Amino acid sequence: MHDNRLLLLNPTDNVLVARTRIQAGERVQLEASSPILSADLGIGHKIARQALRAGDKIVKYGAPIGSATCDIPAGAHVHFHNVASDYIPTYTIAPDLSAEGHVA
Amino acid sequence: MSNLQGYLRSDGRKGIRNTIIVAYLVECAHHVAREIAWPLRDRDVHVIGFPGCYPNTYAERMMERLCTHPNVGAVLLVSLGCESFNKHRLAQAVERSGRPGHTIIIQSAGGTRASIAAGQEWVAARRRELDAQTTVPMGIDELIVGTVCGGSDGTSGITGNPAAGLAFDKLIAAGAACIFEETGELIGCEHIMAARARTPELGAELKASVAKAAQYYATLGYGSFAAGNADGGLTTIEEKSMGAYAKSGSSPISGLLKPGDVPPTSGLYLLDVVPDGEVRFGFPNINDNAEIAELIACGSHVVLFVTGRGSVVGSAISPVVKICANPETYRRLSDDMDIDAGRILEGRATLNEIGAEIRDHVISLGEGHRTKSELLGHQEFVLTYKTFSAIGPACLPAA
Repeated sequence: MHDNRLLLLNPTDNVLVARTRIQAGERVQLEASSPILSADLGIGHKIARQALRAGDKIVKYGAPIGSATCDIPAGAHVHFHNVASDYIPTYTIAPDLSAEGHVA
Repeated sequence: MSNLQGYLRSDGRKGIRNTIIVAYLVECAHHVAREIAWPLRDRDVHVIGFPGCYPNTYAERMMERLCTHPNVGAVLLVSLGCESFNKHRLAQAVERSGRPGHTIIIQSAGGTRASIAAGQEWVAARRRELDAQTTVPMGIDELIVGTVCGGSDGTSGITGNPAAGLAFDKLIAAGAACIFEETGELIGCEHIMAARARTPELGAELKASVAKAAQYYATLGYGSFAAGNADGGLTTIEEKSMGAYAKSGSSPISGLLKPGDVPPTSGLYLLDVVPDGEVRFGFPNINDNAEIAELIACGSHVVLFVTGRGSVVGSAISPVVKICANPETYRRLSDDMDIDAGRILEGRATLNEIGAEIRDHVISLGEGHRTKSELLGHQEFVLTYKTFSAIGPACLPAA
């Protein structure tokens, strides 16, 4: 059984969703391992439920939501740095330019 | 049962508001329209308009549907005078609907100052008349409710959107018509959605509408996905889509609409907001308010707006119910939020309880209650250029 801070939305999913903020350095309990988070996990963010290989479909809500672009260890943050859409690339703002009060 | 009350219109539809619309027919008339509405902005006088000077069939149809929406009691058109918008046709549509209507042409009225004075006088007189009107009982089966999500994050698809979907199921069971939309945010859901269509022909139309959206957005180079969605934990458009799709609930899908088509029966409808034909005028909807305006043009009396990051918008014409999916966002922005759906994530409420709360909130808006965005004076409105062909025969059930 996994950590109750993490939600499994569908039994076929290979990601878990944070129902609360979890800090870097905290240990989370998965079915087969208990990894330590290397970065803060915000509410609504995902981690790998098990080890994933590059090219694997990421499954959430029981549906594919993209493909892994590299190997992803169990417990690692699953986001656009290691997943790509199978439809349209995801647009993000570079973090150093998105800070409040930044003047271009 | 409810104590819904509505304003009866000549076409038999009923409105839950008695709003006066001040509509500019080109950006050049926007300032005058805004000044006309300003003194009574807290008394249901709203500004809408179309900024372009070139004609557009879609925009003129949208303006006609909005000016004759059941929540609208009177309409003042503000024209510069030389724009291409067909003000005569719009004025005739308002007149045919039995609503008080008037057109001010700035170039012949003596300019800005004279137009504002004449407009304010007309609006104040109509406000007094409309305030004296009485309402009649209205059934839930006479309600049309739309839903949109904006500022979505990783919580939207877990709490707010499925709760809105449950509210839809409950409203449809009571005879209402409900509309969900944004085919660009249903990419990846087309097959499961098509399986819910009442007929195989409609299922094929639903799939085609999403394929059109995928192609349209791919041509433009960006999906319907903002930087804040990623900050909130959403990784891909198909992940956002799965969350957004939950707003539709679990009722069978009765039909496919395009902006300005009013549902002919109760039930669940998909609104196709992506233009037909080659990519012409840019992004299908440049922001959430463009989608809200289209849901209202389809007759929505109320729009449910699910947000995770924290949108604060409302709309001209129909109240917008803000459903906050993320408990952290709710604590920061509670003054802007009507429903705290993040309680589900913290184990303080069930999905079904929040779904019932949303349904009850919708009904209360026809019993004299106001949304947070209405009380804060939010009346956002956006209308841009688009091109649509008419919906096909497989899209609608028999009336």
